[in-house]
Amino acid sequence: MTAPVIAVRGLTKRFGGRTVVDRLSLAVEPGRIMGFLGPNGSGKTTTIRMLCGLLTPDEGEGTCLGLDIRRDAAAIKRQVGYMTQKFSYYEDMSVEENLAFVARVYGLPGARARVAAALERLGLADRRRQLAGELSGGWKQRLALAASVLHEPRLLLLDEPTAGVDPKARREFWEQIHQLADEGITVLVSTHYMDEAERCHQIAYIAYGQLLVEGTVAEVVASAGLATYTASARAPQASVVELARRLQGRPGIDLLAPFGAALHVGGGDAALLEQTLAAVRADPDFAWQRDEPSLEDVFIHLMGRSRDNFQGAGT
Amino acid sequence: MSAAFSFRRMLAMIGKEFVQMRRDRPTFAMMVGIPLLQLVLFGFAINSDPRHLPTAVLDADHGPFGRALVAALEASTYFDVRRAVSSEAEANHLLARGTLQFMVSIPPDFSRQVARGDHPALLVEADATDPAATSGALNTLQELAQTAIDPDLTGALAALKAGPPPFELRIHRRYNEEAVSQYNVVPGLMGVVLTMTMVMMTALSVTRERERGTMENLLVMPLSPLEIMVGKITPYVLVGYLQVAVILAASLWVFHVPMVGNLLLVMLTSVLYIVANLAVGFTFSTLARNQTQALQLTLFYFLPSILLSGFMFPYRGMPDWAQTIGEILPLTHFMRIVRGVMLKGNGWSDIAGEVGMLALILLVVSLIAVRRFRRTLD
Repeated sequence: MTAPVIAVRGLTKRFGGRTVVDRLSLAVEPGRIMGFLGPNGSGKTTTIRMLCGLLTPDEGEGTCLGLDIRRDAAAIKRQVGYMTQKFSYYEDMSVEENLAFVARVYGLPGARARVAAALERLGLADRRRQLAGELSGGWKQRLALAASVLHEPRLLLLDEPTAGVDPKARREFWEQIHQLADEGITVLVSTHYMDEAERCHQIAYIAYGQLLVEGTVAEVVASAGLATYTASARAPQASVVELARRLQGRPGIDLLAPFGAALHVGGGDAALLEQTLAAVRADPDFAWQRDEPSLEDVFIHLMGRSRDNFQGAGT
Repeated sequence: MSAAFSFRRMLAMIGKEFVQMRRDRPTFAMMVGIPLLQLVLFGFAINSDPRHLPTAVLDADHGPFGRALVAALEASTYFDVRRAVSSEAEANHLLARGTLQFMVSIPPDFSRQVARGDHPALLVEADATDPAATSGALNTLQELAQTAIDPDLTGALAALKAGPPPFELRIHRRYNEEAVSQYNVVPGLMGVVLTMTMVMMTALSVTRERERGTMENLLVMPLSPLEIMVGKITPYVLVGYLQVAVILAASLWVFHVPMVGNLLLVMLTSVLYIVANLAVGFTFSTLARNQTQALQLTLFYFLPSILLSGFMFPYRGMPDWAQTIGEILPLTHFMRIVRGVMLKGNGWSDIAGEVGMLALILLVVSLIAVRRFRRTLD
């Protein structure tokens, strides 16, 4: 087995007394795509910034590409590609000028050829004289990706790269990510999209700065121990919202989500859930079916649970 | 149907503006701060009729009338006779450096000649670089000459009180003989223009990087803070130099401002001054959260710069506290250098003190800029 590309332990960062990242440990193997998930403000961006040397952790230690994240921040920066959440290249510069600038900052040999190759590879050759500000969201993401891999990093950190990008552009973007991973680049990508999480080799879920679960999608789903059912309306007058209201707050019900004419119900304690549902299952208006929990179910469940924990710890 | 103008909708809009105004603390502070600053500066600091101007007396006579004259000068409150100089050369030197505003030369035998009714000449030399700074004092001087020694004209000499003044007053306006205010304003303008554009441009350009999120990207690249800072500032040094060239050309060929000293000296010190301003702008960019705030800070800085530096109003007319603030501003020192070199022909040794102050300001501001810039990263 090769050494992990990211290996950090107990990473902690506080901003003015507020702990944003709390004793986070993470290991990512080379060539893998690690999905980084969690609610807004859970510390994903801060963790990524600590990994690429932008922020110094208050506590914790570890290595990134075999380099110490505290001592070797400068060396790490040279080998890491980082794509920020917000488009962070120059909108008043052309696609080509942006790439050329990046190439020169990294002091890349044969900058001109490299920029041309990147333009070609990402299908930006026709648009190279266009100003970056005039590009659509999807093209901007392409440019940002092209720029962040120009120096051939061994690790790519992507902070919500596809937020606000249309599905087709998203799919193309992920094809490129897989292509890069196939070439041996390790990728850590934060996202809110479940379909994207399912495209990762491995996912990690953090909330309130703490790592809650980590593993493959199947492992994470299994570890949640969630039981779910779908109740579909049989009769036109059957109200899913009304059913949800009836179940709200009852023992064993952790998850309630209407999907059109159906209601998705779930709970962490299968036996308790079964017991509660037994009463309502007599209602002939709904057809009940047990199903597999989705990744989204698992995350929403985790989010609820971690909030309870967090509030419990706070008091 | 909704009315074309609804009072309630308008109130909603007004309410929203107030909420936002309250949230934007720095803008709010500026709205209160700028009028207060103007009130203080215009109300207390500025005085276009300066008094207590440093004056030296070169007394070769040591007679009673010389002493009477000095007493009269002091009594007028326009002149502060602080020191006696021992030689013409020393006085010239002090005038050139701006330490002295006036020099009064009492010729040998002055008292005896007055007593004889010879109407001897008395020479008053003024540093008239800024005509406004000396006009009040020089006007008083004319009246003074009539009556200054009257108390001493007793006995047989009392007859001298009537008729023409007992001595002839010769006023020599040095450095700006015809009292052309452009000669004073145009060289000063060079510093003012540089202050405005240099501070504003850097403050804005650095804040823009942060506001647009491009700064974060720069920081993950292998760029050091110093490389970013120097890289961002250098283009503006060149722009500043272009401005210097344009204003110098205009002052020489359009306004015909004399160039008594060495042009090279002006060009060299300009670099120091430009860099000092850029460092100030850079510091502002670390304080401002957005471009609007950067602009407000620039304005807040610009106001005292033009008012307290001696550009618009005579420096010596200001109270001590205002002069102290003026000493901290780079514009004050640059103004003295440029006027000194162009109008007085100051050489390196005359301006060394001012250059040293500029360098000190640059050093302090740069340290603050680098420190603040580092802190904004983490």
